[in-house]
Amino acid sequence: MKIRTQLTGDVADVKVVVMHPMETGQRRDPATGETVQAHYIQMFSAAVNGKTVLSSQWGPAVSKNPFVGFRVRGVKAGDRVSVRWQDNKGERGTAEAEIR
Amino acid sequence: MKRRLFLKASASAAVIAASAGLLRPTAVLAAGWNKAAFESKSLADALKGINAADAQTSNDIVINAQNRAESGATVPVEVISNLANTESIAIIAEKNTTPLVGYYEFANGAEAYVATRIRMIQSSVVRVVARAGGKPYTASRHIEVTVGGCGG
Repeated sequence: MKIRTQLTGDVADVKVVVMHPMETGQRRDPATGETVQAHYIQMFSAAVNGKTVLSSQWGPAVSKNPFVGFRVRGVKAGDRVSVRWQDNKGERGTAEAEIR
Repeated sequence: MKRRLFLKASASAAVIAASAGLLRPTAVLAAGWNKAAFESKSLADALKGINAADAQTSNDIVINAQNRAESGATVPVEVISNLANTESIAIIAEKNTTPLVGYYEFANGAEAYVATRIRMIQSSVVRVVARAGGKPYTASRHIEVTVGGCGG
């Protein structure tokens, strides 16, 4: 997972990329001709200094290696942004970065 | 014997805690995934699923996207709601097999803004529903897709 932050005044612009296949469950494997099982992130959230700022739910139409951009007001350099996700198979991931 | 009882008790306590979501860090971030809405196969059902069947058209929702996307596999979409007290934004690709793409709730200083990249099976109206002050509002724009993005 990659997190980039840009602080302008007290507003942080946060950009996150999650490495995930986001399989829709509709795609056929060209080699085998078989449908590839659905495997996609269903929940993604972000917090600043431990306080939730974004809670989102996704379907399989979010693109592969999902990108999410969001903005948070009232933050300062050095605050911590953390993100976490969970997919339909119960796999999950987290990442954290310092806002600057 | 005592130790065994203790192990048994703590094992069942762990099961209870896990099933209650206490041990899952993700439990704090979302009440759950809105299966009914995300599995809806029509716009009407998707709107119903997010409790927005009666959404009013609004000019205070801005959808930034290209009018024409090369590939439906990754269509950049940016949404800004200028409605006061916007609580959530939903993105819907009307002609997708399951139209609801994403649902975003804001809290603790988050602006009513989200940017993402979505898949579109074909050219379609992309609809946004923003909930503000408890009421749903909607805006839309048409995006042309040269090559659909759900098969590949």
